[in-house]
Order: sequence, then structure tokens, then C-alpha cells
Amino acid sequence: MALFFDIKRYSINDGPGIRITLFLKGCPLSCVWCHNPEGIQPRKEKMYTRKKCIGCRTCVEHCPYQAIYPTAEGMKTNTEACRLCGQCAAVCPTKAMEISGTEYSVDYLMREIEKETIFMDRSGGGVTFCGGEPLLHPDVLLELLRRCRSLGIHRAMDTTLYAREEVVAEVMKETDLFLVDLKQMDSGKHRYYCGVPNERILANLRRVTEAGKALVIRIPLIEGVNADEENITRSATYLASLPWERRLVHLLPYHDIAKGKHEKLGTRYNPDRIPLAPPSEKALAHCCSIFRQYGIETVIGG
Amino acid sequence: MHTIAQRAPNSASNFAPSIAGNVYGMNERIRRLRKETFDAEPSLSIERARIETQFYKKNEGKYPIPILRALNFLEICRHKTIYIGKDELIVGERGPKPKAVPTFPELTCHSVEDLHVLNTRELQRYTISPEDIEIYAQEIIPYWKGRTQRERIFSHVPESWRALYEAGLFTEFMEQRAPGHTALDGKIYRTGLLDLKARIAKRLEQLDFLNDPEATDKQEELTAMAISCDAAILLAERHADLAEEMALAEPDTRRVAELRKIAEVCRRVPAHAPRTFREAIQMYWFIHLGTITELNGWDAMNPGHFDQHLVPFYEKERTEGTLTRDEAKELLSCFWIKVNNHTAPPKVGITAKESGTYNDFTNLNIGGLKPDGSDAVNEISYLMLEVAEELHILQPGCSIHISARTPERFLHAGCKVIRQGHGYPSVFNPDVYIQELMRQGKTLQDAREGGCSGCIEVGAFGKEAYLLTGYLNVPKILEVTLNNGYDPVSGKCVGLQTGEARSFRSYDELYEAFLKQLRYVVDQKVRVSNYIDRMFAKYAPATFLSLFIDDCIAKGKDYYDCGPRYNTSYIQCTGLGTVTDSLSSLKKHVFEDQTYSMDKMLQTLAVNFEGAEAMRQYILNRTPFFGNDDEAADAIALRVYNDLYDTIEGQPNTKGECFHLNMLSTTCHVYFGKMTGATPNGRLAGITISDGTSPSHGADTHGPSAVIKSLGKLDQVKSGGTLLNLRFLPSLLKREEDVAKLASLIRSYFALGGHHVQFNIVDTATLYAAQQTPEDYRDLLVRMAGYSDYFNDMNADLQADIIARTEQEGF
Repeated sequence: MALFFDIKRYSINDGPGIRITLFLKGCPLSCVWCHNPEGIQPRKEKMYTRKKCIGCRTCVEHCPYQAIYPTAEGMKTNTEACRLCGQCAAVCPTKAMEISGTEYSVDYLMREIEKETIFMDRSGGGVTFCGGEPLLHPDVLLELLRRCRSLGIHRAMDTTLYAREEVVAEVMKETDLFLVDLKQMDSGKHRYYCGVPNERILANLRRVTEAGKALVIRIPLIEGVNADEENITRSATYLASLPWERRLVHLLPYHDIAKGKHEKLGTRYNPDRIPLAPPSEKALAHCCSIFRQYGIETVIGG
Repeated sequence: MHTIAQRAPNSASNFAPSIAGNVYGMNERIRRLRKETFDAEPSLSIERARIETQFYKKNEGKYPIPILRALNFLEICRHKTIYIGKDELIVGERGPKPKAVPTFPELTCHSVEDLHVLNTRELQRYTISPEDIEIYAQEIIPYWKGRTQRERIFSHVPESWRALYEAGLFTEFMEQRAPGHTALDGKIYRTGLLDLKARIAKRLEQLDFLNDPEATDKQEELTAMAISCDAAILLAERHADLAEEMALAEPDTRRVAELRKIAEVCRRVPAHAPRTFREAIQMYWFIHLGTITELNGWDAMNPGHFDQHLVPFYEKERTEGTLTRDEAKELLSCFWIKVNNHTAPPKVGITAKESGTYNDFTNLNIGGLKPDGSDAVNEISYLMLEVAEELHILQPGCSIHISARTPERFLHAGCKVIRQGHGYPSVFNPDVYIQELMRQGKTLQDAREGGCSGCIEVGAFGKEAYLLTGYLNVPKILEVTLNNGYDPVSGKCVGLQTGEARSFRSYDELYEAFLKQLRYVVDQKVRVSNYIDRMFAKYAPATFLSLFIDDCIAKGKDYYDCGPRYNTSYIQCTGLGTVTDSLSSLKKHVFEDQTYSMDKMLQTLAVNFEGAEAMRQYILNRTPFFGNDDEAADAIALRVYNDLYDTIEGQPNTKGECFHLNMLSTTCHVYFGKMTGATPNGRLAGITISDGTSPSHGADTHGPSAVIKSLGKLDQVKSGGTLLNLRFLPSLLKREEDVAKLASLIRSYFALGGHHVQFNIVDTATLYAAQQTPEDYRDLLVRMAGYSDYFNDMNADLQADIIARTEQEGF
């Protein structure tokens, strides 16, 4: 079952032109800084926005499992009793209660995508699959990709590339542009920060470039995680060794914007208090200069 | 000196200028003049009223009305104070000094109380001295009592009209100001006033007193037009005299030369056609000044396609080596400042609320098409964008006109100015408005010479009287329908009794009642507008303005009396978003889902949702709203729009033509909001209703492309203009490629048949406001790489972060 946790129109930061971005739920990685934490679990999750709650208790009254109870800090849900039936979300007047994760039919999604085609056509945009990790749902994904191809819609894949080789091979055939994060070159550290080692990612990245696919590399630049000279030099060496044409890296300075979403999920952001910080101007400039030495251009943000 | 009072009250970030504008390109002169126009406080000048009152006391009854009006104009031009400011190159002020606004007691006479209010109110203040108020009380008011146009109008209006008017179902444009909304074509750059006088003389000779029963009327009108030419020439000559006089006393030799040049130019224009770039601008300015001195027409005056008119002069002088690009820019800047010096005349009484702005809406049309259909963008177009960006002042407004033929780089240049967040230029689609004008019967050439004169309404420049007659409060019509003809705000019966809403068994039954009410209200409005039309034709002819609008001279008829080639009347419908969302809410929650009974809905509205916040929130969050590319909501909007069209279109006006639909609101949606109780879409009583054809505030939660898709479903060619305001956070326009994406968004809207769009780049003040009343700002998108969220959905810390970034980026 492929769940989606968002569909965003007028998406202008996920590839060329004006795009529509579909967010698939579920990710094999669990990066500490993940800015879409509701995309990690491959199942429905309940979200509660305290700020929106007016304390009307309609959810308490309507919950068939008596899982919701009011507290001084707003409504709380007994996660053991809750079956994620969505009653609370359906009746909540302010949408303070929400269920993240909806199963849409491919037909429905295609209709949504087609609503945006006039903007794509004029701006050189298209559709971007994002997540979570879209490659976690190859069946739905491939069907969407093929139907987009038949309509001539440009397809971008925002992926970790942490997927089986054959999935990558299939998806590659139906993807026009890859947007790939390169988070950390040291596999042990990668496992520490992201929950999985990086060998598979690097191998897939090589396959994508060998296939001559258009590619944009993005590095979330985090002081204390990957903004150090060693990692950047290793990243640059590795990227320089790949047979890709457009040698361009987007550096995305760290922000902790995901805090708010963790609040809604009832989870804690960075529970182990791993030191995370945005890189200084100086460090940022230094990173850029390292990439330049390897013949790779950089863009800040993106 | 630059106070809050100088700011427009609504959409502050759209119009509010800041002194810290982009000043890099301005020379010292322009910097000084710009500061002066900022610092000048709007004031009331009683000079015009005094000259006019003395004139009328002596002469009323002695002349036919058109001649009396022309002589009155001549008298004002003969006696008004002439002002030439330090540093000025383009000269002429309506009042005795910048931002000194005359009054027009023949149309509407301010009371002593009005003057006190204007002098002391916090917003849109106009200062006036106690001595002047005293003179007004002694000399002006007693004479005009019972003689003003406004009194003439209000003595006529039927009770049924007055009830609707007082309840805020519509406004009446012409009750205090003369019908205006005029822009000129290129004839004044080829024809001097002396040429026009010769044409008039010839026309007078041709009058056929044997066979034409109107020959006498025509003779009076034409004679009055000739006198008006003399008046404007005299006004220019007096400027020349003053400049020469000042030159004699001026110690600075450079300024002496400038003053002599001013004198030379003022002796040339407007008597003769201009020869140079500078004379062309001064020519226009005298014509502008004349029309706003003669009467207080709505939407001051407008040069129309100024870039097209000026470019032949510019190119000629550039070739001859008599003008540099910088000099041309300086002269354009001087013109800009002149327009900014001319604050709108204030209204009297309670209706001052209807239009709370100093802005007199001179909207310069940049780009677009030439009459032959080719692309009109030229070097002056770019120069004008530069001046608009650098000066960053309230007036004149400007718009870019983007046809399918317009080069991408011009649109891009415009988008870069939009990114600055001044709220201009607005963007128009000639490919659609030319169709609108042709649908109303203009020829292809006349339609292509047309454009937008003030806000979003379009007309055939130099050939049409297109009168906006007033705004229609469409959500209020629904409110009155739901209350069976009663206005719940005042408790009075104001409309048609269309049936008890609780008895409606279906949505269609409700909608039929709404339509009946709509037709009734429109009929009332049209009836009085037609009456007022004749009042102006008879008692306040615009004999000067008539000179410049074809075919007034040829027909021997006034601008207000069928003189123009085209004579159009508009009713501007406000609140499409609010009424659509309200109908959608009733349809879904009352008739389909039956979540709430009609009784419950009406009771809740009556108490302004008090004690029913959960219900209000449910409606706000669970109703298909207009502006989301949602079929259910958009179908309702389309139906309302088409019914507004069917109701208004074709209602005859007094000039052998008819009324048309317009979807403009200016700032009237604020006034209408105050007059309207809680609405079924969850809007609280007194809160502003939606503007133009924009979605209700915060109702559009699917981004700008969805808004555009919704708007694209309306067949906009049926209207005489729609209005779309889009709110953007600066972060959506951060990078160069974002600007290109904005351009694509505009092109997409125009491909869908959009008429107009303007962008409000939000500032930090807006974001603070969004924190206070989040429901009005649910459309604020925050976009970052791989992440996007609505501003409202972010927690306080993140919001603070976004506010800090917005401040920093501070476009």
C-alpha cells in the first residue's frame, strides 16, 4: 500500500520550472535532521497541532476507542488504544487532529497532476516524487511514471537512492531527473546519523550517472555532521570520479524547521541531542572552494 | 513629517511608500523633489471654491450651462495661484502648492463639520486652517446650500433606493465626484489647442439650424469647448509669466536657464503641438491639470500608453543629439512626482468610508500592443519601469501589459520590479481585454488603443466615456435574501421579500431567491445611475475634457452627453469569493450533509457565531472554497458570475448603450465588510469581504496555481475587468529562477484568459498580522528545498524565524 502524506502545487524548489510534488510516505533512512519526519513511517500516523485546537472535545466524544483524553497540554491520544481509524480527524473542526498518510488511486493522482500541466508547459516544469523515499513503493511509482511519460510530463525523483538495484534500474528508465542527497561519505557515520550505511546509495548513484541520467546532487550541510574538511573532500573526490555531465552541487545549510512537525507527531526532534548546527559563512565558503578545486560548481540553497 | 496618515489604509504593503526607497539611480534634483512630495501633507485649498463662488454669484443664470461651466473654468485658470517649485522642470499644480486639494462645492459642498473631521482624523487627513473653515462657513456654504449636484441627486432618489444604499448594498460613484475614468490616446501629441479651436470654429460654421433640432445645444457646447481651450492656454501662459519673473530674481545662473526653458515650453504647449520629449510631457500635464481642475472626476486622468506616445519624441531627439537617456529619465521622474502631488479630493459625510485612500489611480500603461497589433514595448517602457522602481511613490500607479507577443525580457523586467514588493506594476492581458472591448462593440483598432485607466477597468482610450457607477455588495444581497428582505444589521426591510429562508427545501430554491433579490437591487441601482447620468449631462458638462475624447467635437456633444464614440456604464461587483464560499457552505452543510439546519445557521449568523466557534471552524475547514481549483466551489462561482453578467449586461443606459459587468473592488470591500453581518462561510460580521475576483482572504490553501486555475474558469471576456490579488512571501521570489517562474505563472494565467493579476509581496507586518488572525492568512506558503508548509501551520518559533528571514531579505 502506497501512502501519500502531501501533494504540493506550485512547487518551485524541487527541480526545474513549476512542479507538482507528491510526497510518498515511508523511508528506510531516519536522518536525525529529517525535515519531513511524517514521511519516515510507512504507515498512517496521527498528527495533532496544539495551536489549532480550540478544546471543543468533539474528538473525545467521537473516538470509538476512547483513546483521546483532554489534558492541560491539549488533547492526548493513548497510542495503544488508537486504531488510526480517522474519526477524530473527520470531526475536528479546525483540523488540529489529522491523519498523515492517504492512499490515493493512480487515477486520482493523475487528475491532480494534470491540473497543473498548463504551468508545467510554460515553465518547463513537471512532477517531482518526493518523500519519504519514493522508491519504497515501486509499483505505484512506476505506474505513475509511465502514465506521466505518455502525457509528456517531465519526471523528477527526489530520492535517497537507498533501494534495491533492480528497482533503481526500472525507475531509472522512467525518470528524467534525479535529485539525490549525499549526506555523509563515511558509511559508519552515515549509519549513525541516518540509520543505514551508504554503500548501496553510492553504488546506485554511480549507476545513475553511468546511465547518463540528469542529476542534481544536494548536500544538507550540517556543522558537526558533514561540513568538515574531510567529508567534503571525500564527497568532492567521489563526485568528481562519477561520469556525470552537469557538475553542480546544491548546498543546503541546515535548519531545524522540522521541530514543529515533531511536535505534531508527538515525537521528539533529535532525541539524543546530537549537536547539529548550520555551517558558518566561512565554513560554507570553504566547502564551495573545495568543490571548485574538483571542478564542481556549487549553489547555496535550492 | 511622513506620517501614518499618508498611507493607504488597506493592503498597506501594496501602496504604502517608504522614504527609504531605492535611490541609487536618482540624481540630486529628483531626490530633493521626491523628498518634498513625501513631506508635503495633504491639505484642503479653498481657493477654487472662492473663485467659483464669486463667479457663480455674479453669473449664474446669465449663460447657458455649458458656457457658464467653461467660463467658470476660465475664471479659475485666470485667478488661481500659480506654483513653480524649486528644482521643478515640469510645472503645474491644481492647488496653490503640492498636495493642496481644491474643493468642488458645485458638486458637493463640505460642511463645517466635514472640514473639522478631515482636519483632525487619523487616517487620510487633510489639513485646513480655522480661518479657511470660517471663510467656508461664511462665503461658500451659504451660497451652495440647495444648489449642489449632490442635493439635486438626493432630492430625487426613491426611498427604496435610499434604503439599499444606506444598508450598504451598493455605492454611488457620482454622488460626490464627477464620472471620470478616462485615459487619452495620442492625439494631443499631434494637435495643439489652437488646432482644436480651429476645428471647433469650422464645426460651428457647419451647424444646420434649419434641420438639426439640437443645433442650438451644439452651438453652446462647442462655444464652451473653445472657451475651455482659451482657459488652458491662459493657465500655461501664466506659468510662463511666472517663470520669467522668477528668472529675473534668481541668483543661480543654471536655474535661470531652467526657468527660461520652462517659460519657453509653457508658451508652446498646450497652444501648439509639442516638438520635444519635454514639451510632450508638459503638454500632457497641462491637459491632466485642466481636467482635474474643471471637475473632480473619478480616477483623475491618465495619459494611457505613455511609452508609445513619448517614444517618437525620444527617438527623434536622441538621433538629433538634443536629449540623453538620463535627461529623459529625469523628466519622466519629474512627471511622476507631479502626479504624486495630486491627492484625491476628499469625500464628505459618511461615504468617506467607502473609499479610504489618497490615491487617485492614475495607472500608466506600459508595454502592450500598438493599434496595428504589433508589440509596443520600447525603450521608454523600460525607462518607465526603472523610474517606477526607483521613485517608489504612491502615485502614479503603473501596469505592465503582457500580450502573447510581448518579449519575455520585458515581462522579466516587470517581474523584477514586482519582486521589490511595492505592489506594482500590476499585470494586464491585452489579448483578453481587447476581446472584452470588441465584444462591447469597439473596432479592432480602437480596442487595441485601449487599456486600463485606473484600477482594472478598461476602455478605448481617447474615445470612450466608461463610467463606473458604483460597487455592488454581492454577499450582502445574499444576506438580505437569507433574511427575507431585511437587513439584519440595521433591522430594516431594505429589499424584496423573497421568502422565508427556513422554508427553502433545496439549494436551488435558495439560489432562485438570491437571483430575484439581485435583479431587484440592480434595477434600483441602474435607475438612479441613469438619473445621475442626465444630471451631469445637464448641469456639469465637462467642456474641457470633451476636447480630447473623439467624437465630442465632431458631434458637438459633451463627454457626459453621448459625445464620445463609445458610452459605457459599469456596475462593479464585489465579493465573488465571499458569496461563493457562503453559498458553498449553505449547499454543503445545510442542504447536502445537513450538518446544520437553516434555522441553526441563521441563528448562529444572527449572533455572529458567538458560542459557536467549533461550528465556524468546521465551516472554515470543511467547505469547498473558491480559489482551490475545486470543481464544487468553482462551479458555484461560475454560476454567480454568469448570473451577475446576465443581470447587468444589456441594461440600457441613457446614452443608447448599456451597462456591463465589472469585477473591481478598489478598497470598497472594506466598507462593504463593515456593513455586512456574519456570513455563512464563517466570516465574522464587519470583517472585510473578498476583493475583486480574488478568493476570500485565506480561503485559497492550494497555492497560487490553484487560484489561477479557479479564476481561469470564469469567462473573463464577459466582464469589463476582473481583479486578482495574489499574496506571496518574499522567499517565493528569492532566486533569479523564481522570477522566471513567476513570469510563467503570469503567462499561464493569461493563457487561461485572465484579465489582470497583481502581487502583494508580504512584509513582516503582514506576518505579524497572520499570527494574530491566522484564519485570514491560510494561503501564506513557505517554500524551501524539499520542504514546504503553510505559515499558519508552523509553530511560534518557526514563524519567528520566517519573520526574521523576511525582515532580513527585506526586498
